[in-house]
Amino acid sequence: MTRSMMRIAAMILRYTYLLRSSWPRILELAYWPTVQMIMWGLITKFFMGHSTLVAQASGLLISAVLLWDVLFRSQLGVTLPFYEELYSRNLGHLFVSPLKPYELVLSLIGISVIRTLVGIIPAALLAIPLYHYSIFDLGLPLIAFFMNLLVMGWAMGIIIAGLVLKYGLGAESLAWVAVFAIAPISGIYYPIEILPGWAQGIAVALPSSHVFEGMRSVLLDNSFSTYHFLMAAGLNVVYIIIAMLIFLRIFQVARIQGLLLNIGE
Amino acid sequence: MDTAIRAERLRKCYDKLCAVDDISFDVKTGSTCALLGANGAGKTTTLAMLLGLLTPTSGTITVMGVNMLQHRYDALPRMNYSSPYVDLPQRLSVRQNLKVYGRLYAVKHLKQRIAELTEQMELARFIDRPYRNMSSGQKTRVALAKALLNKPEVLLLDEPTASLDPDTADRIRSKLQDYQKQTGATILLASHNMPEVERLCDDVLIMRTGKIVDRGTPQQLITQYGRANLEEVFLDVARHRRREDHHA
Repeated sequence: MTRSMMRIAAMILRYTYLLRSSWPRILELAYWPTVQMIMWGLITKFFMGHSTLVAQASGLLISAVLLWDVLFRSQLGVTLPFYEELYSRNLGHLFVSPLKPYELVLSLIGISVIRTLVGIIPAALLAIPLYHYSIFDLGLPLIAFFMNLLVMGWAMGIIIAGLVLKYGLGAESLAWVAVFAIAPISGIYYPIEILPGWAQGIAVALPSSHVFEGMRSVLLDNSFSTYHFLMAAGLNVVYIIIAMLIFLRIFQVARIQGLLLNIGE
Repeated sequence: MDTAIRAERLRKCYDKLCAVDDISFDVKTGSTCALLGANGAGKTTTLAMLLGLLTPTSGTITVMGVNMLQHRYDALPRMNYSSPYVDLPQRLSVRQNLKVYGRLYAVKHLKQRIAELTEQMELARFIDRPYRNMSSGQKTRVALAKALLNKPEVLLLDEPTASLDPDTADRIRSKLQDYQKQTGATILLASHNMPEVERLCDDVLIMRTGKIVDRGTPQQLITQYGRANLEEVFLDVARHRRREDHHA
């Protein structure tokens, strides 16, 4: 293991200790996705008798809500552990150690994967006995959807972490606000073609809208859309690079402005 | 004797205010040097620039021969830092904190090193307690343990015995002296505790409003200012009294 990988592993260990230190936190990770899944499962049951679309693909809403939570949990998985460093006023110690900023970001991505899986898997498993629906039946496309939403969540989380580093904890609500700003135009529960023209223009630039279009294609037409997959993946590559560059630039500014020493609760 | 730390024409300005204003100094390898000055004199800013936490407006910094503005990651594994103004993760236990930082610094035989520091810094009673539940004095000891984890060749300490009772502070000073004797480390500390500086330091830099206004060994400064101890020298500098005023 290289020194760099050791440092990333050390930071993931730090965030794992944090997670393990509080069972209510672990429970909370799974709580919201599970509640959402139960609610949308009941809505599905209701619509089964009223909507031919839902009757045709009963897993549509449950798949959508679970995948949406992948994006949300992935973003929170980056931002919340980063906030912990600010709450603890620990950045000063971290950055006089050999830890490099990009190593911190990679460790946040690592813990984000763990937090997302802990949050989503129980809800996905519970849907099987409750509603006789398994999202795992999506097969290989599920991996494509999951990965794309995960990466989009990382990109958003990294940018939010950078903005909070720059503007302080007064901006911490971005972690909960930002993702919901894109929800209406991501076409989670409906096709983006019903959006106004200007909103469709924004939607095609979001990896999430391509994922949900792709999900509907699998569930309704039983076909995997390579176009939507490649669009989502390509956009994610661009956004994750931009996010890293923004974070590293803000880190430079933080060193100039003395934010690494002063930021805290 | 080699130079461990060299700062040349160092400045840090925010808009029109300069927290550190064109200071130059060096610290010899294996020595203990103090940065003295009233609140706002620029001590913490100077330490932060030496560590790379803060980018200077101008000037150069060399630590153990490494240009810190360009290659600080070559020097950081051989340095460490402790400050009461920077905390450790609150929800982690002391042991977990030391494990994480030990891995960040790639400390070999980490378990053994943590056991040594637990004994030296008298942490055994609360090693598995969350950091947030400790008193400020206990936190200071943990922060010092973290600062010594990697056996640093250059140790920067901001008020190392702040919040400690006199007995514990005295023992910590002895530990720092022992550490330096054993390893030949260079220590640069910012302190308001004059007896501590007199006891630990070979060299003293006195700062006022971002500038170094005097320098010497504790005894030299006491003699030059015609005072009985370093605390009186400190008050003279803080209150802008000149040396000549006392000789008159």
